[in-house]
Amino acid sequence: MDIENLFQDVRQRLNNHYDSEKLLLLQVLQLANQKGMQFTTDFFSSLSERLSLPATEIKGIASFYSFLDKPRNTQYDIRISDNITDQFQNNAYVINTLQEKYADNPKVNIATTSCIGMNDQGPAMLVNGYTIPNLGPGTLEHVFSLIDDNIPLTSWPSELFTVADNIQRKDILLNDVSGNGTSLNKLTNAEPDEILSIIQNSGLSGRGGAGFSTASKWRLCKQAETENKHVICNADEGEPGTFKDRVLLNSYANQFIEGMTLCAGIVGASQGYIYLRAEYLFLLPKLNAVLQKRRDDNLLGNNILGKKGFDFDIDIHLGAGAYICGEESALIESLEGKRGIPRNRPPFPVTQGYINQPTIVNNVETFLAAAGIVEHGADWFKNTGTEKSPGTKLLSISGDCKKPGVYEFPFGTSIKDILSACGASDTQAVQVAGAAGHMVAPDEFDHAISFEDYATAGSFMVYDHSRDLFQVIKNFADFFKHESCGFCTPCRVGTSLQSDLVEKLVEGNASSYDINEIKSIAKLMQTTSHCGLGATASTAILDLIEKFPQLLEKRLKHLDYTPAFNLDAALEQSRQITGREDSQSHIGGYHD
Amino acid sequence: MTDQQTFSLDGKSIAFEDGDTIMDAALRSGEYIPHLCHNPEFKPHGSCRVCIVNVNGRHVSSCTFPASQDLKVESNTAEIKQKRQSLLQMLFVEGNHVCPGCEKSGACQLQAVAYYCDMLSPHFTHFFPRREVDASHHDFLIDYNRCIVCELCVRASNDVDGKQVFSIQQRGIQRHLAVNSDSGRLGDTSFSKTDKAAHVCPVGAILPKDIGYNQPIGHRLYDRQPISQVGDVAANDKTLQEEDTPHG
Amino acid sequence: MADINNLKNKLEKTRPEKIKLATTSLCGCFGCHMSFLDIDERILQLVELVEFDRSPINDIKKVGPCDIGIIEGGVANAENVEVLQEFRKNCKTLVALGACAVNGGIPAMRNQFELKECLEEAYINGVGIENPMIPSDPEIPLLLNKVHPIHEVVKVDYFLPGCPPSGDTIWTFLTELIEGRPISFPYEQIHYD
Ligand SMILES: Cc1cc2nc3c(=O)[nH]c(=O)nc-3n(C[C@H](O)[C@H](O)[C@H](O)COP(=O)(O)O)c2cc1C
Ligand code: SF4
Ligand code: SF4
Ligand code: SF4
Repeated sequence: MDIENLFQDVRQRLNNHYDSEKLLLLQVLQLANQKGMQFTTDFFSSLSERLSLPATEIKGIASFYSFLDKPRNTQYDIRISDNITDQFQNNAYVINTLQEKYADNPKVNIATTSCIGMNDQGPAMLVNGYTIPNLGPGTLEHVFSLIDDNIPLTSWPSELFTVADNIQRKDILLNDVSGNGTSLNKLTNAEPDEILSIIQNSGLSGRGGAGFSTASKWRLCKQAETENKHVICNADEGEPGTFKDRVLLNSYANQFIEGMTLCAGIVGASQGYIYLRAEYLFLLPKLNAVLQKRRDDNLLGNNILGKKGFDFDIDIHLGAGAYICGEESALIESLEGKRGIPRNRPPFPVTQGYINQPTIVNNVETFLAAAGIVEHGADWFKNTGTEKSPGTKLLSISGDCKKPGVYEFPFGTSIKDILSACGASDTQAVQVAGAAGHMVAPDEFDHAISFEDYATAGSFMVYDHSRDLFQVIKNFADFFKHESCGFCTPCRVGTSLQSDLVEKLVEGNASSYDINEIKSIAKLMQTTSHCGLGATASTAILDLIEKFPQLLEKRLKHLDYTPAFNLDAALEQSRQITGREDSQSHIGGYHD
Repeated sequence: MTDQQTFSLDGKSIAFEDGDTIMDAALRSGEYIPHLCHNPEFKPHGSCRVCIVNVNGRHVSSCTFPASQDLKVESNTAEIKQKRQSLLQMLFVEGNHVCPGCEKSGACQLQAVAYYCDMLSPHFTHFFPRREVDASHHDFLIDYNRCIVCELCVRASNDVDGKQVFSIQQRGIQRHLAVNSDSGRLGDTSFSKTDKAAHVCPVGAILPKDIGYNQPIGHRLYDRQPISQVGDVAANDKTLQEEDTPHG
Repeated sequence: MADINNLKNKLEKTRPEKIKLATTSLCGCFGCHMSFLDIDERILQLVELVEFDRSPINDIKKVGPCDIGIIEGGVANAENVEVLQEFRKNCKTLVALGACAVNGGIPAMRNQFELKECLEEAYINGVGIENPMIPSDPEIPLLLNKVHPIHEVVKVDYFLPGCPPSGDTIWTFLTELIEGRPISFPYEQIHYD
């Protein structure tokens, strides 16, 4: 397939107008990789010619994204999810078995990848980008036989790829929102400001993390006087341990798309985008079908519901393996086909977002809630939750509990109640809000989920007493080091230093000096980072240090100071080169 | 006199104009806020974070934060100085900065800012990364060991020279500068000594050849006077004016 | 600069014994020690206040309990590690003197290469080598994979950068330290080259 066809293929999947093909670069690279095209020098130079961009710059864009930095170059490209929950579900067994079998096999590539959003049915992996959950020995055997028989992925049995929703508790959002055009009908029969005030009244704030008032955001964007505006649904769901957006994308697509359309109608946007994380590639056909159906039903496209000038369509753009692209301004950069570096703010997206035009970015759940609020009224929403955090919250619960899955709870529900609902026992700690969130100790289980207490975008990972909490922070430290965009000094360097120090701690070689180092690096990252990634990259680590002193006590070397590296191991090369194994050829590792 | 807008910087009243960042206004009134990735000729970047200041208890980079009436900005406090020091130390351990063996020493902005911030050691554990030196160009060399990825050369080459000689690769700690040519070598680009990009590097990463020790150690830009008095490396680079005017 | 007689009087009141000072050079070039001697005639004043324990200046081989230990050079081999650890155990205050101690300095430039490459270049492939072989005598300290600054091996209390730090810098530091004043330097006295 040549570059020309590639561009045509990408174009064909898109409905919106794009001023420049450069805006499609990431989509082109992404599709090329899906098709197994090789990222050769020729490939980059033809892209370079086509787009009048230096080839190295295109490489710079590709290399920003995990999936494109190491693009698929084998018949079977396997990436095993490596969040802490995956690890506790023994993904090591999957990795080891695969490696044993295929280490030297040129048609198979085996790697790990950041959380792929399957912790309720893990361990899980991606094969050529497609998700296979529930990797018990049986599933693995099945996969082996398919690979050994050279069966192309397209012919693998579909049951291998079956992803369950695992909805365990429904409340207003999952029960009442129809997504059938009711809220849009209200909009077409009223002034946008009236509809906006319903949302204002409901007190809805963003479900993606920052918790900004949704109505205020929409109003700011509405006030911007430009011809073109954009509505983006943030479906990057990159926070380790979360998967509730996956379920919404799979089974509530009409509902959140209605919310996006509503937003477009209110703010006056004509172009919409779903920024879908690459890990959810399997959802693409279904989402496209929903979009098409809505176009057919006049719920998308031109003159929506017969209202003249209410034009709005939605394109799906795929990410390519970069947690930072969930941050809204990095997402916008990525949507523009560039490296996902968070922007300087102000200006904020509401005035200068996508291609510097006013842009709304909201989480999937936020759009869905907005549609529900307009459909059923502000009270429907406000009647649950707390005063400061009205409504409900979808949680992705995984880890040591009997019933992992998606739970919708009113804000204000205590952690204790959540734990009992999901059948957790002997709980040692709960990680609320993902790797960037807090590690909550048992004496805090009376605290609740809400903006004023433990705020969360939805990740809720449960660890019982059989788990090593140090393994948890090691996993997170590695995650942030891997996912830092590298733009700013404190996070780029700090996440690396932090991961080394945490490793030293986990291995029992750290002294109190190192603990102080961890704390001061954390403080620096929290206060001086350019974006939220660096600012939250130490949260759980500090929590473990502060809230679990008895565990720390056991892991620490009780010395003032231990060397930064294993001294004896640092003589290993010398020993090998000289062949020496005399008494002088060894020294103490971390203490003498 | 018309109403002059002002904010306070360490208690001093600083006048500003609409559209100014804290840094713009401070520079104009001769107040020094340490910085590395900022050069007033280019769009603010905000990546090195060395210019952080405290605004109402929040740390912001002064090169990107808009000035506004009555803002209370703290820059010269012990706490901010400590943080700047740590940021500088991170930049030092991340690369390979062997100042005694570096031609730029004494006239290097990283060094000068570190002196200004009383940095006596790199404090952290060194990464000792393996990096290359590219001496393929006739007039200039790039020593990647010393690059702090401030992207000034990238910005200069894109925005002023219109040549796109440089780009950024990878992410996280792997993020690095690269040269836009098939070979990856500077000698195979249209880079020239009259490019703006040849005169913006704050450190000893992009260096002119053959003039290394013309100026003896001890008599260099920052050997006797701090950067707060002398100004940035790029601002002191007069070679562009002396040479024929740049094209593009 | 502190007036040495005042200082001496002051010190004699608080502590009758002289301050014990030890110095050593690990992976360095002795340049920092030369610079130490550059405090010139002030060294005479210094010896009134301090007594030298182990130091290349007097050839005492083993460090005993000291007030101040000054380390020149980075950590490049097993012996460097041992000497440094001995210093740390014996010295109340440990000082990294000069670029190599502070960040590995010029010797750390070998960190750009594999140890094997370095040794092969030096003992096997280099120009004019007869009987090429990498020495493996147990008497020779084994090299570390990389050269490290001393703060990566022991806790360090003070750092004096410079290649070498000037005599004045060292003098400023010692007098301030001995007098118990906060350590601070005039601008020209701090440089990394
Ligand atoms: C590092 C980082 C990652 C983020 N990832 C996501 C994400 O995956 N999904 C999401 O909706 N918001 C994410 N956010 C929050 C977004 O920046 C933004 O606040 C949100 O999309 C706004 O939508 P809301 O108001 O509906 O919550 C992330 C923020 C940061 C700093
Ligand atoms: S904090 Fe981290 S992710 Fe955010 S801009 Fe800085 S380096 Fe990038
Ligand atoms: S670039 Fe500056 S800090 Fe780095 S080695 Fe050269 S003089 Fe030192
Ligand atoms: S080469 Fe110089 S100007 Fe360019 S990014 Fe590196 S440090 Fe900045």
